[in-house]
Amino acid sequence: MKTFAELGFPGRLVAVEGLDGSGKSTQIYLLKRWLELRGLKVFFSEWNSSELVKAATSKGKKMTLLTPTTFSLIHATDFADRYERQLVPLLRAGYLVLCDRYIFTAFARDVVRTCPPDWVRGLYSFAALPDMTFFFRADLEVSLSRILDGRPELKHFEAGMDMGFSTDIYESFRIFQGRMLEQYLAMSREFSFNVIDANETVEIQQAIVRKLVADRLDLPSFALQKP
Amino acid sequence: MPKPRKAKRLAPAPRTPEVTIPKLTPKRFYGEGIPGVEEEKLKGKLIVVEGADGSGRSTQIAQLVQWLEGSGHATVQVGLKRSSLVSEELDKAQQGNILSRTTLSLFYATDFADQVENIMLPALKAGFMVLADRYIYTLMARDLVRGMDEAWLKNLYGIALVPDAVFYLNISPEQLVQRNFAKNKALDYWESGMDLGLSRDMFDSFLKYQALMARQFTRLQATYGFDIVEADRSPEEVNADLRRKIESVVAGR
Repeated sequence: MKTFAELGFPGRLVAVEGLDGSGKSTQIYLLKRWLELRGLKVFFSEWNSSELVKAATSKGKKMTLLTPTTFSLIHATDFADRYERQLVPLLRAGYLVLCDRYIFTAFARDVVRTCPPDWVRGLYSFAALPDMTFFFRADLEVSLSRILDGRPELKHFEAGMDMGFSTDIYESFRIFQGRMLEQYLAMSREFSFNVIDANETVEIQQAIVRKLVADRLDLPSFALQKP
Repeated sequence: MPKPRKAKRLAPAPRTPEVTIPKLTPKRFYGEGIPGVEEEKLKGKLIVVEGADGSGRSTQIAQLVQWLEGSGHATVQVGLKRSSLVSEELDKAQQGNILSRTTLSLFYATDFADQVENIMLPALKAGFMVLADRYIYTLMARDLVRGMDEAWLKNLYGIALVPDAVFYLNISPEQLVQRNFAKNKALDYWESGMDLGLSRDMFDSFLKYQALMARQFTRLQATYGFDIVEADRSPEEVNADLRRKIESVVAGR
C-alpha cells in the first residue's frame, strides 16, 4: 500500500483516528480552521455518504439485519463511494484533504466484530494510505466517561450489542471500545501513526498537530491561486 | 375388536418411494469465509447455474425446482440483486448509473453476502438444495471486463461457498441477441455493457460486451472448473443433461 504522495497525487490526505470521545473531531476541526485561515486549499471530508448507501445502511441498522460480514461490506461500499466520488478527485486537484476517520477505523472495528483481518484489509486495498495519520490516544476510562457520563442513548451496533459481549448496552460499549483500542495500538507502528496524547489540553494537542503538519507537508504549495 | 394384522398384510404393499438420500460431501469457502460458520453442518447441496441473460437460466432453474421437489428434495432459490438488505437501492443505483466501479462492486458483494447469511447458510444447514441463478462468477466477470483487480475480487468473494456444481450455459452472442429480442423486444443497458463505451450502437456494444464476458468466463473456468453445458439446444435437451449431472451430484458420485 502506498500513500497519495507516493502515488504521485498533487494533494495530500491527513486522517485522524481514535476512539469515540478521544477529542479527535475537535482537533481536526481546529486544524482545518488554521489551514483555511492561512489561505490554503483545504477540504474537510465528513462521513456523508450517498443517499442510496445511506438508505441501505440505516435500513439494515434499524432492522438489525446486519451480520459482521454485511456490516463490514456495507461500510466498505459507503467508503468506496466517498473515496471515488470525493476524495480522489480532490486529491487529483491538489487539495489538502482532512478525514475524520479513514480505513483504520474499519480495520479495528471489523476485526473486533470477528471478521478475518486479511479479508478486511483486502477489501480496502483499493484505497491509498494517508500521507499523515494522527491517532488520539486517551485513556480508555477518559474517553468512555466523555461518552457515557450523559447516559446517552447508545445505538445497537455502535455498542456492539450484536456481538454478545454483554446484555447491558453500556457494558457492551465499554468492552467494544476496549477492544478497538487494542486494535488501534497494534496498528500504530505498522501504519506510522502520529500518536497524540489525548489526555493533554486541547491547545497542547493542537500545537503538536500543527507543528507536525507544518514540518511534514509543504504548506505554501497548497495556497489558493490568486485570481 | 382390533383388525387382524393378517388382513393388513394382504393389502398391496405401496411401492417404495424412490427418494435419493443425498450423500454428504464436505463444504468449504473459497477464502476466509464467514465468521462462525461450521462447514461440516452444511448438509444441503449448492447448485449454481451461470450464463448470460437469454441463455435460458431461469427456465432451466424453474424446471429443476419442479423435478427436485418431485423427487422429494426441499429447494430454495437465490440470485443476484435479491437481498432484502440492498436490492432496492442497487436497482436505483443502476437506473441512475451514479455509482463508480468499486462502489457498485461492493454493493453487489453486500447483496450477495446478505443472501449467503440469511438464505443460503440456513437452507444448507437444514439440508435444502440451494439453486443459485448466477453466482460470484458473473459478478467477477463483469468487474474483470471493467478492468478491476482480480486479486481484490478473489479476496472479496472469499466469503463464498464452493458450490457442489456449477453449470455454465454456453451460447453464442448471436444466439443471445435473438433470444433477448424474442423475450424483451429490447436490449438491456447493462447487459449490453453500454457503460463501457464499446460502441454507441447498442447492438454492436451488446455483441462486443458479451464476447468480452464469454472470454472472462473461459478464464474463470480454468480456475473454478465450471461444467460447460451447450445451451444452443432445446430447453428439454438442456434440462435432461442438467438432471443427469445433478443426480450424480446428489448421489455423491
